[in-house]
Amino acid sequence: MKKKIAVRIVVASTAVAALALSGCSGGDDSGEGASLTYWATNMSPTIEQDEEVLKEHLAGFTEETGIEVEYEVVPWGDYYNKILTAVSSGEGPDVLNIGNTWSVTLQETGSFMPFDDDALEAIGGGDRFVETALESAGKPDETPTFVPLYSNVYSLFYKPSMFAAAGLTEPPKTYQEFLEYGKQLTIDTDGDGAIDQWGTSVPGASVQVGSHWAFILGQQEGADWFTEDGEPQVDSDGMVTAVHTYVNQVNSIAAPSDAEITEGAGAIQDFIDGTSAMIITQSPMAQFAQFDFTDWEVAEVPVMEGGENIQSMVAGINIGVFSETDQREDSLELVKYLTSDEEQVGLNSQFSTLPVVTAAYDDPALEEADPTIPVREVILSEHSKPFPLFSATGQAETLLGTAVVTLIGQAAVSGSVSDADVSAALADVQSQLEAAG
Amino acid sequence: MTRITDAPPDVAASHPPLHEKPRPSLLAGNRLAYLLIAPAVIAELLIHIVPMLLGLWVAFTHLTQINIRNWTRAPFVGLDNFIAGLDPDGPIGSQLYTSFFRTTVYVIIVLGACWALGIASAVFLSSKVKGRAFLRTFFLIPWAMPAFVGTIAWAFMFNQRDGMVNKILVDDLGVLDERPFWLIGENSFFVLIVASIWQMWPFAFLMLLAAMQSIPGDVFEAASLDGASLWRQFRSLILPMIRPTNIVLLLVMGLFLFNQFSIPYVLFGRNSPEPARLISPLIYEHSFVNWNFGLGSAVSALLLVVLFVASLFYIHLVMPRKNDDD
Repeated sequence: MKKKIAVRIVVASTAVAALALSGCSGGDDSGEGASLTYWATNMSPTIEQDEEVLKEHLAGFTEETGIEVEYEVVPWGDYYNKILTAVSSGEGPDVLNIGNTWSVTLQETGSFMPFDDDALEAIGGGDRFVETALESAGKPDETPTFVPLYSNVYSLFYKPSMFAAAGLTEPPKTYQEFLEYGKQLTIDTDGDGAIDQWGTSVPGASVQVGSHWAFILGQQEGADWFTEDGEPQVDSDGMVTAVHTYVNQVNSIAAPSDAEITEGAGAIQDFIDGTSAMIITQSPMAQFAQFDFTDWEVAEVPVMEGGENIQSMVAGINIGVFSETDQREDSLELVKYLTSDEEQVGLNSQFSTLPVVTAAYDDPALEEADPTIPVREVILSEHSKPFPLFSATGQAETLLGTAVVTLIGQAAVSGSVSDADVSAALADVQSQLEAAG
Repeated sequence: MTRITDAPPDVAASHPPLHEKPRPSLLAGNRLAYLLIAPAVIAELLIHIVPMLLGLWVAFTHLTQINIRNWTRAPFVGLDNFIAGLDPDGPIGSQLYTSFFRTTVYVIIVLGACWALGIASAVFLSSKVKGRAFLRTFFLIPWAMPAFVGTIAWAFMFNQRDGMVNKILVDDLGVLDERPFWLIGENSFFVLIVASIWQMWPFAFLMLLAAMQSIPGDVFEAASLDGASLWRQFRSLILPMIRPTNIVLLLVMGLFLFNQFSIPYVLFGRNSPEPARLISPLIYEHSFVNWNFGLGSAVSALLLVVLFVASLFYIHLVMPRKNDDD
């Protein structure tokens, strides 16, 4: 009897031990012949398209250098969370993309390898990069921990056919014109009493896009999110005007149902489907091509009358190396490869983004692949500003974006928001930012 | 422990006679029991208790995304996070109190509706009805379905432009003229309640059905012979006899609903609209949307204390004590 119990105990303990150990992962591969882990951001309308593009280009990298790359395309929704998990646990990729507005906040975590002079040399030198793009890569006067990979800006896309039907010949130059044209283009086309064509489409439930416009229109009004010392000041009059103007689009020239669109791609789809006549967005060209949509033209973003000519923030993707990596050299090789002139032309034309290295713009293949380049290059180099370069930017982005989304929701449900509503929302954000500081 | 004098041989072997000193064998008596539950205790410590204590520790620090890399060295701020959470004039505190009140209302409504539906179906399906077996299985579907799948279907249905609800109400039936928003604005609370009741009521139904099975049938025969109406039978027979199950059911479901997170998260995303912001999503927002982990942990700890106290109070009030008549 005792023997039976003994046997059972041994079996039970072994089973438990086996179960416990099976939970332990093998840990990160390290050592000779190991592959690099690369986290990429979602650039195309679908993850699958991203994977195809990366497969092609990374195969070229493996051929050239013999280094294998295991890549993962991460959707935007939880990417920041994922990065912070890697930061707090020390277990992460070797190389990763980030949204460039996160640069300074992530720089402060100390988890990413600084690109000092040696590292910059290793990837081909820092002066190859477009100045505004490089500026957005980190705190001024500090060694950056990321370098630019893809750039992007907002620009205006409009339908010449709908413009012609409304008797308009030129795209709007000022924001006031944008609203006026929008009203003219918001009509009932099939006579059933319901408006089915709108001036514009906006992803009203996207926190990121909301924050972008809180920034861009704020800049046009001369309102910075932070003072020079990094103190938040998001409830200034300029910010109230900026946010109110953006939110008002929803009841005047965009469909109220836009308040439920969570991704830019959703608003772009409405533009393609004929629900709207204009859209201000970053790079819809891949989606246009996917649906064989050709009735579009690109133009500069309309700017508030009397305001500064800032049409976009320097959007884009930066790339960096995780400080806990065992493969520093190989990681730098990958960064060098992806920022090389050739790859920049190839990758950016496939993602409809803008190259971050000046030499790439001289390549005629680029403009062939993407006819919007001349307009957008001008916006990038002359009419864009980097997102605020402070550590609280990440939080400010989330809080302001959420406030914009909530106000848009309010406008959609009740028909409008007042200056007082916007003021109150921004005052709330201000006190949250002050409390968190 | 009663001594069995005519014990079969193997029992006698594992229960040494009293006059012998018990051998300090590894397998003797309670030692074996402790050994066997040790893995479960260790797992419970590692997965539940230790993380909870860590979370409690985080509540006293200023842990944000900036210092999360060296989170063990995050600055100690004492009760600041708790004070921010409890201060009714501050932005965070006032949000917290509103959310707490709203969550209480949510729990009362959903729990009440789930219980009512559950007891009604349990009573109905306890009698010999045609299709009883089928209905029993059918009613369990919302509970058995993965929460995400069910809830996302509701999100699609309540979409303002393309959802089924608006299509039926506005286009087909013409009950409303304008297409209302369901997932933003005031109606979002209603949608949250509907989705929650749909998902949770089968649990109540199941527990109450099981409780009904334990009621002996002849009690009802006697009652109807005495001329008791159905309602009277319900009130005076069924309710008292399923009281123990009811007590446990209400407590378990109440706590679960108070901590409800997955339904609002799937319906509304990472930021719930204000009219539907329950307390768990609010805590999530503090920690994972605003990256203020210290504050999120502090509010979590406060919630734990409140629920714990409420549960103790409830148990003391309604649980039958050991010496009471059953």
